[in-house]
Amino acid sequence: MTTTLTPVLTATWGSDRSWSLDTYTEAGGYAPLKKALGMAPGDLIQAVKDSGLRGRGGAGFPTGMKWGFLPPDDGKPRYLVVNADESEPGTCKDIPTMLQAPHALVEGVAITSFAIGCNHAFIYIRGEVAHVHRRMQQAVREAYEAGHLGKNIHGSGFDLDVTVHSGAGAYICGEETALLDSLEGRRGQPRLKPPFPAVAGLYARPTVVNNVESVASVPSIIGNGVEWFTAMGTERSKGMGIFSLSGHVTRPGQYEAPLGITLRELLELAGGIREGHELKFWTPGGSSTPIFTQEHLDTPLDYESVGAAGSMLGTRALQIFDETTCVVRAVTRWTEFYKHESCGKCTPCREGTFWLTQILKRLEAGRGTEADIQQLLDTCDSILGRSFCALGDGATSSINSSIKLFREEYEAHVTQGGCPFDHAASALFEYSDTPATEEAHA
Amino acid sequence: MTYDETTLAQLTEDAAAIIARYPVKRSALLPMLHLVQSVDGFVSPDGIQFCADQLELTAAEVSAVATFYTQYKRRPNGEYQVGVCTNTLCAVMGGDRIWDELSEHVGVGHDETTEDGAITLERLECNAACDNAPVMMVNWEFFDNQTPESAKQVVDDLRAGKDVAPTRGPAKVCTFKQVSRVLAGFDDGRADEDQGAGDAALAGLEAAKGQGWTEGAK
Repeated sequence: MTTTLTPVLTATWGSDRSWSLDTYTEAGGYAPLKKALGMAPGDLIQAVKDSGLRGRGGAGFPTGMKWGFLPPDDGKPRYLVVNADESEPGTCKDIPTMLQAPHALVEGVAITSFAIGCNHAFIYIRGEVAHVHRRMQQAVREAYEAGHLGKNIHGSGFDLDVTVHSGAGAYICGEETALLDSLEGRRGQPRLKPPFPAVAGLYARPTVVNNVESVASVPSIIGNGVEWFTAMGTERSKGMGIFSLSGHVTRPGQYEAPLGITLRELLELAGGIREGHELKFWTPGGSSTPIFTQEHLDTPLDYESVGAAGSMLGTRALQIFDETTCVVRAVTRWTEFYKHESCGKCTPCREGTFWLTQILKRLEAGRGTEADIQQLLDTCDSILGRSFCALGDGATSSINSSIKLFREEYEAHVTQGGCPFDHAASALFEYSDTPATEEAHA
Repeated sequence: MTYDETTLAQLTEDAAAIIARYPVKRSALLPMLHLVQSVDGFVSPDGIQFCADQLELTAAEVSAVATFYTQYKRRPNGEYQVGVCTNTLCAVMGGDRIWDELSEHVGVGHDETTEDGAITLERLECNAACDNAPVMMVNWEFFDNQTPESAKQVVDDLRAGKDVAPTRGPAKVCTFKQVSRVLAGFDDGRADEDQGAGDAALAGLEAAKGQGWTEGAK
């Protein structure tokens, strides 16, 4: 064990009333805001650039650079929009962040808005998490009352309003331009880029769209200093991040660690794979990232190393499956998700995810042919890189990678005329495996 | 529109409060559709017309938006929206079995409502609680680490009119109409209610403490 955990964002989650302004302030909260208000906005942007903070929502784009892309102030509005539409299968870090420490996000919003010259920020939260809405709405209200938001914040002359906004159930709204359309009261469909949101975003005005964890990391960087942040992580992947372990793990949960920690190290802290079983496959960054196996236990979980090993760090959503799990079943279900969530704008994604699902369901049910496997790969080729956004690309990741790593398992479904796995063995509770009715999966 | 005077007055007042949150009023549409559901229990034709009138849109424009999002219901919804996550991770950990047993127990399938109007069942996509799999949601509150038995018990208790607490969230699950009002951005005074952060949320923190690692290397 060489890498230690570094709870920063998660540090107060176990505290009494951790979501309250009092608890947050006692732990040093809102001191970074006061410090930031005494700095020049340009210096704040430079500090975040120097920290090397990269977007924690999946793409890993340098946050400070994103801020720096805004055109010079023309006296008209510019906006910060927080992407709190956490929906990528496996990703479950922003929801507990907002439930347990909503003020970290509010403070991050205030500092970021001051840095980029924004007077009205929005927090777009997926609709399917009622208590998160209550906690964020209350945190914003408390922050107004304490003078951290509103007019002339702490005598700085800086004004900021924050609106908490609810989505209504659409994975695609996690894509930043679809999110902006949705926030404008439209169907959430991605826009053609360029122009990028930095130039023409919300209401066609310059806009920064940042993930919850990215924004919530800003106060700690300003408060503790750039060197504190860059002391964690690897050469090009700086700082800490929340790693979400789920699935066949003894103690699943949120583990905040420097980027570059390995799954082997994380598993050691999480009590290992569930007793009596062994690791079969896992996603490093959610269902849109190519799957890994035991071979990648020692791959440093930073942007570069995961990329070099053929996948993506994504949202550090480590979904872990043991040897009882049928990879064809797993991939089929993910593919159904992409089919359901495709917004329908681009033909390759809309039609491709439909046909992938048809083929995979046939294969999983034991009615497929050897040629279906090649057809899957060909259909993925027709989708990858051919749509406005990355949803269709994400759909191909698990298919391509699983056929490469587990082709014999696909073939076994064909030759055996059904699934060779006992699904009951994968469940976390006991039951006898009576066959599921067909309509239950319709 | 068939809203009575009192209902329409309240809706109009609430809509004005929502519209005031945005620099461009069309942005109020999503929360206003939640508001409509808080009154009608679904996105009703009246509700569509109301949104259209308030935002100077056509009813067709409002419908086009409403039909895009899965949380907006096109038929009267059950008092409790019960969703079982059957995305890959939850499905594998037991979500498929929970769904099968619950659906058989309740007697309705995906996107169907019981005759008494109490329960609408849904096969959910990922609800961002994978570390607590298998997950069930009732009116968008978290029921973590479920089994077929626990899921059926929750539904039975709801139908029996008992108060039911989620595993994370407020002291009890509210109704579909009530939760829709929260999503429209109106305070129901329950933010401080709590069932604990849950073991998974604190797993890393506990592990760090166990190793004697201090917080955040500050």
